[in-house]
Amino acid sequence: MATVRIPPVLRPSVGGAKEVDAAGDNVGDVLRALADEHPATQSQLFSDGGDLNRYVNVYLNDEDVRVLDGLETPVGGADVLVILPAMAGG
Amino acid sequence: MSPSGAEFIRQIKSQISQVDPSEVHAALAQSNGNGSIAIVDVRESEEVARGVIPGATHVPRGYLESRIEGAVPDRSQHVVLYCASGNRSALAAKTLEQLGYENVESMTGGFTLWKDRGYDVHVPRTLTPEQRERYSRHMLVPEIGAEGQQKLLDAKVLLLGAGGLGSPAALYLAAAGIGTIGIVDDDVVDLSNLQRQVIHTTDRIGVPKVDSAEQAMKELNPDVDVVKYQTRLDASNIMEIIEGYDLIVDGVDNFPTRYLLNDASVRLRIPVVSASILGFDGQLSVFAPYDGPCYRCLYPVPPPAELAPSCGANGVLGVLPGTMGLLQATEVIKLVTGSGEPLIGRLLLYEALGATFTELKVRRDPECAICSRPPEEISEEEMGVFPDYEAFCAAAG
Repeated sequence: MATVRIPPVLRPSVGGAKEVDAAGDNVGDVLRALADEHPATQSQLFSDGGDLNRYVNVYLNDEDVRVLDGLETPVGGADVLVILPAMAGG
Repeated sequence: MSPSGAEFIRQIKSQISQVDPSEVHAALAQSNGNGSIAIVDVRESEEVARGVIPGATHVPRGYLESRIEGAVPDRSQHVVLYCASGNRSALAAKTLEQLGYENVESMTGGFTLWKDRGYDVHVPRTLTPEQRERYSRHMLVPEIGAEGQQKLLDAKVLLLGAGGLGSPAALYLAAAGIGTIGIVDDDVVDLSNLQRQVIHTTDRIGVPKVDSAEQAMKELNPDVDVVKYQTRLDASNIMEIIEGYDLIVDGVDNFPTRYLLNDASVRLRIPVVSASILGFDGQLSVFAPYDGPCYRCLYPVPPPAELAPSCGANGVLGVLPGTMGLLQATEVIKLVTGSGEPLIGRLLLYEALGATFTELKVRRDPECAICSRPPEEISEEEMGVFPDYEAFCAAAG
């Protein structure tokens, strides 16, 4: 199970947790497992076509998955996925 | 019988290597600034103020033992010491040898002979005695020193927002002696600001934030020239306001202005030290146009309304903007003085409840709508024309 870090704006959708565990062999599977478990995150993470929304950044450890293999990027059990939306507060 | 002072110096000179100014001059010309030779001026500050050998590092003899490692860390480095006439530098050379420096020479005749030979002299800009006292703790840090302090005094930094992030940044940048601090804010001080916006005070509630911030900065450091812009940054005024600043500190509270700022700052090639906060979470990065990614490389499109809570009223831990604003101020000082590794191409996340810092890589996007094009390819007609971000924010509520 990979660890997924949940940003503040998505925490209400996962019952307030800062981190959740989700199973999957690649980034897409892990995030879809997260969305299955917490359906409120589905539309926030994915477009209708099943792609990652462009305004959601996902990092595998410290690297943007878009410079890796996107949703196809393999994920190991010790990996951390960071979901990162832009914040504008000042 | 103990030797006289003059005899003692003669003895020391016989034990060290000395070098004629002509050889130093030739060696410097040959090295062409490649660092193969370190010239160290061991005179007092008042003497240095009247002129130095170009490229020399100032380490007063009285501080030689404590500061030489900061100035010349490599003990195998070729070091030439000079003073006014060659006596103090001879004593200093002996000291450096005792400290393990392997290739040390004292310049005969010192700066006086160098000058008499007609070689180049650099007259450094100097700090006033009051400034030397005020910034003395910066002077003692090798990464800043007098040269770095002068850079800070020459710097022009624009703060966007005199709010949560802007308050601590403004106070510390003023304290650090940033010479010109511009500040943009159209708001007035409200009681609910004071839980975190520490540049303002209870008796200044109702006062424009730019005026309140100016008062606090001037009281802290009258050296600082404060330029106030009591307005909201928008497409019609941004180019005019930000042009001419060396750096921008982004502490604005909304997405439209952040995107607008990014586009304008890329066009003008002005680095932005950017932070944002929400609840117990903060983000920080430095967007240096064309040296690293821009804000749009990181966030190509703004999130929709439900994921953009900054447009509405949201809570924040009062000290969080203090933490993030001071990290911004730190990055500003590093960028101005050229020290350390600025947070370019890296995003720092701080989560206060867990007391965790996370660092993520940020890459330049070769297809970035803004910074994939050189600014000179953007026509005059395009300058200052931006999408209608206001509509976005209105939709976000």
